[in-house]
Amino acid sequence: MRFELTPRTNSPTVMRIFASVAAFITAFLIAGFVIWLMGRSPIAAFDVYVLQPLSDPWSLQELLVKATPMALIAIGLSYCFRANLWNIGAEGQYVIGAVLGGWLALRTHGTDAGAWLLPLMVLLGIIGGALWGLIPAFLKTRFGVNEILTSLMLVYVAQLILDYLVRGPWRDPKGFNFPQSVTFDPSATLHPILEGGRVHYGAVFAGIAVLVTVIVLGRTLFGYRLKLTGDAPRAARFAGFNSKATTLAVFAISGGLAGLAGISEVSGQIGQLQPSISPGYGFTAITVAFLGRLNPIGILVASLVVALTFIGGESAQIMLKLPLDLTQAFQGILLLCVLAADAMVSYRIRFVTRGGGR
Amino acid sequence: MTTFEAILLTIVTASTPLLIAALGELVTERSGVLNLGVEGMMVMGAACSFAAAVTFDSTLIGVVAGMLAGALMAALFALLVLGFAANQTGSGLALTILGLGLSGLIGAPFVGARRDPVAPIDIPGLSDIPVIGRLFFEQDLFVYASIVLTILVGLYLMRTRSGLTLRSIGENHTSANALGLPVWRVRFWAILFGGACAGLAGAYLALVYTRFWSPGMTAGRGWIALALVVFAAWRPGWVLVGAYIFGAATVLQLHAQAAQFGVPSQVLSAVPYLATILALLLLSIRHGRAIGAPGSLGVPFVPDR
Amino acid sequence: MKADVPPSGPPLVELKGISKRYGDLLANDEIDLSIEPGEIHALLGENGAGKSTLVKILYGVIEPSAGEIRWEGQPITIASPVEARSLGLGMVFQHFSLFDELSVAENIAVALSDDWSLSTVRDKLGEISRTYGLALDADRAVWTLSAGERQRIEIVRCLLQNPRLLILDEPTSVLTPQEAEHLFTTLDRLSEEGCSILYISHKLEEVRRLCRRATILRAGRVVATIDPRASSAREIAALMVGNAVGDIRTDAPHHPQGETLRVSNLSMTPAGLHGQALRDINLVARAGEVVGIAGVAGNGQSELFAALSGERLADHPESIAINGKLSGAMGIDARRRLGAAFVPEERLGHAAAPTHSLSENTLISHAATEVSRSGFILMNAARRVARSIVQGFDVRTPEGDPQARKLSGGNLQKFVIGREIIRRPKLIIVDQPTWGVDAGAARLIRQALVDLAREGSAVVVISQDLDELFEVADRMAVIHQGTLSPLRPIGEWTKEAVGLEMLGVAQAQGGAHAV
Repeated sequence: MRFELTPRTNSPTVMRIFASVAAFITAFLIAGFVIWLMGRSPIAAFDVYVLQPLSDPWSLQELLVKATPMALIAIGLSYCFRANLWNIGAEGQYVIGAVLGGWLALRTHGTDAGAWLLPLMVLLGIIGGALWGLIPAFLKTRFGVNEILTSLMLVYVAQLILDYLVRGPWRDPKGFNFPQSVTFDPSATLHPILEGGRVHYGAVFAGIAVLVTVIVLGRTLFGYRLKLTGDAPRAARFAGFNSKATTLAVFAISGGLAGLAGISEVSGQIGQLQPSISPGYGFTAITVAFLGRLNPIGILVASLVVALTFIGGESAQIMLKLPLDLTQAFQGILLLCVLAADAMVSYRIRFVTRGGGR
Repeated sequence: MTTFEAILLTIVTASTPLLIAALGELVTERSGVLNLGVEGMMVMGAACSFAAAVTFDSTLIGVVAGMLAGALMAALFALLVLGFAANQTGSGLALTILGLGLSGLIGAPFVGARRDPVAPIDIPGLSDIPVIGRLFFEQDLFVYASIVLTILVGLYLMRTRSGLTLRSIGENHTSANALGLPVWRVRFWAILFGGACAGLAGAYLALVYTRFWSPGMTAGRGWIALALVVFAAWRPGWVLVGAYIFGAATVLQLHAQAAQFGVPSQVLSAVPYLATILALLLLSIRHGRAIGAPGSLGVPFVPDR
Repeated sequence: MKADVPPSGPPLVELKGISKRYGDLLANDEIDLSIEPGEIHALLGENGAGKSTLVKILYGVIEPSAGEIRWEGQPITIASPVEARSLGLGMVFQHFSLFDELSVAENIAVALSDDWSLSTVRDKLGEISRTYGLALDADRAVWTLSAGERQRIEIVRCLLQNPRLLILDEPTSVLTPQEAEHLFTTLDRLSEEGCSILYISHKLEEVRRLCRRATILRAGRVVATIDPRASSAREIAALMVGNAVGDIRTDAPHHPQGETLRVSNLSMTPAGLHGQALRDINLVARAGEVVGIAGVAGNGQSELFAALSGERLADHPESIAINGKLSGAMGIDARRRLGAAFVPEERLGHAAAPTHSLSENTLISHAATEVSRSGFILMNAARRVARSIVQGFDVRTPEGDPQARKLSGGNLQKFVIGREIIRRPKLIIVDQPTWGVDAGAARLIRQALVDLAREGSAVVVISQDLDELFEVADRMAVIHQGTLSPLRPIGEWTKEAVGLEMLGVAQAQGGAHAV
């Protein structure tokens, strides 16, 4: 027995969108089966995971809040993945962005800083993430070190740096020895867009990132250069596109956006530095980027969908006593389904038993 | 037992899971498939082995369950990258995400449980040699097995027909297909072997090394195993050397933390990760490119038919 | 000896009504073919006529859509190369099925059945090498070998299995004339021993040297089965190509002037593990002439192309001058701005991105020109450029602006050559301009290159096809192991002299490189 793959000569956009939807439905069916195996009702779980969050205004806001960092990071990753470069260390870049931006907030704590503080924090967040992202890029371009492994190892290092800071030098002296910094001043806090709402200005950054990316990828030579580098690297060299510069650029962009997500989250959502500032946004964003087919609009939609699984997961933990790990497992299943669907768009797949093809 | 002996013993214990997982991945990669899901398969192996061992109160059943779990995850990966010619990098990452989540579900009821230590096997006479005696001749079965496995993998790859076929397929799958070599079948078994080894490594972590289950307990060891394969230039003997160097780094930083030199513990905890980066860097500086990488590594195989 | 009298028994192998369909393309259409025991049978046809498809079916690599195969009169199916080999079929592919990092002995053993151990392979290898004059070192890694030696591995692989039928697919395309003659002697000897040979080629001379019977394919069909020695070259060529063969017009007057390209003492280390170093290359191309670079594959042609195009930079800026500007340290884009244009050997993946539309593909070499403004792509302009290439160079496309991979080899090659010529370059460097394209496209491409030279550009053609170079070049040099022979007017070259240069055994000629 074997599989037979025939490359499809044309795969229309409709089919690609349909494949994403089909992958999503398949993932849901598999997850439902797992929940049924655990002795719970898949119907009830679907209600808690999907229907309730979507029918509740508070949850809808929460959806945007959760989608914001993932959309920002995934948009950045799409630059890398398009060029066939594998930055899987966005989680670390996110953390360093939060650390560097947070440093300024702590440094100016209680000094009644002016309106320049927030923009500067955001800028530092971007720079921090970009610099952290440039390490694996530099090691790759200068020495040929595999970027997958180095970018991932740097996640652990970044988390340890944050851990050291909030347990050591940056710990709030009046915090009863809890490992956390002081709460940021209001001048160092990203405010909600609507008074009293939960959605902060990070969502605006995400919106801008999406729009800019639509233009950059679709209309500029730089965008074409990424696509060419990913699809046909030799042709990209032949075109005169410098692959090293491209590598450095996309890692800086994706690191910068991850850093932006990090500082936005810390300053708009958490309000202080603590050992854990992300439920794995940097890794989940990989799923989001693929689910959105590396297309900025697609990523926007995908980030909302995946945010739903986070919120649903939290309420399922409370209401159905379903563990949070289910959410991560579901995200893994979803990514596998998306990759399988991708393959089915590119190839006509036939399962044949031996000799049956004749 | 002196402290020095104790440290050496723990180095062996810390190195063994790295060695086993890296050997499995080495075989997979030699067949031309890059499975980045080692971490996921390993953590699944840990969760399933611990759950089974506690449930049936049997280390053996636990080990078998761990290997099966790793192999099952690998089979899922094989279906995607062989059957559907899906992107190998993405599929491996997905496997890791899935494994981390699923293992949490499976292990949840067993958080807090403990297993008794696995009795070491004492080779009478030899184990009485000072210093090295206990190091070499009073280890648990897994340690001996991992050394034997290194030798077997080396012999298999370089001395058997089937190993030659596997290397050929990894080197150039187009040529291999033209000669009628069973590219898919060989790769399927190589992926499964890699999964079973990762599962075994996970089982060792949960049943021997820590003797308890905690979510995400592999803590990047799967990724370090992947780096070891690159570091070893796809040669089993060098995997052994690399695994022990990394095992030593891990253990020594733990002891350094206990000794409290005034260096923050986080700096020492970062040592294995920084060491991995440094090792990859030194290797690249020496050889320019990844020497010894199989020619078809990571390239999806779609025969024209 | 080859049978002049009709043989008494059934043919060794007989193909009846073999068809193979790929989507809309009928690669093989009801093909009939029979091969007698001990016969050397030629399969002739242009590139794309369906020869490779047919032999892959015979060897079990691909399955036919319809038709029957008979082996000694019995109908059989050949489901895989393993089955083909157990029947007694051996095949030497045009693209070798070799493993670069493995040794010669390992490469042979892996293709044989399980009861061949590495040590028996070593023993037998020595024996066969002596019998047929196929010298090979069992422990050398394949990547260190020349193309001729690599081919020997393929042949030895087949011979070790005592084949009844040996299939060779364009075996001489990578050989020097002398190596080819050596191969022919081996084949004659095999045929005398009773082994049948199916010899695939598009070169008339060799077929007439070797075979008594030839089956000619055109567009997937058998057009004739003939005795190649009894027909004239022109007749056979007409059968292969379908209509009378046209000659390239080179008669326009030309007076080459001015050095458009000067390469002085260019040396380069190999790019990769298996690359060829370039040694002290000197070359001048003048406006208005076509300079040909001949040589057997793998002697530094792609390295020379990379050095001339700027995909790899030279150590010294002064080793390459384009239009008088020292450009050895310039990247490919800067060289394009000096008026140079480049066409690499690989169409898909190097010259063009397979999954990108033709208009997107124009961006690859036109990025600095009219298709973009301050970093933004002008898609309408790109589409316009693509359209004018399609019209100007007779590129047949399935739709308006298709992906590059949807074009046939010949049409895509016309597109990538047209994409450069339409920029009216002062200098164009083309690597293997007609490799694997049909006769019609090849003619159009050669004509376009000659025309460009006649209009005052310098044209450098790197090619393994000697006939092509004799047709278009004004001056020619031969590259061998990274060293370039002196450049001489085409009239001063004979095929024998070229062959000797290809082998690196030419006498040192008086006078340094001609200018």
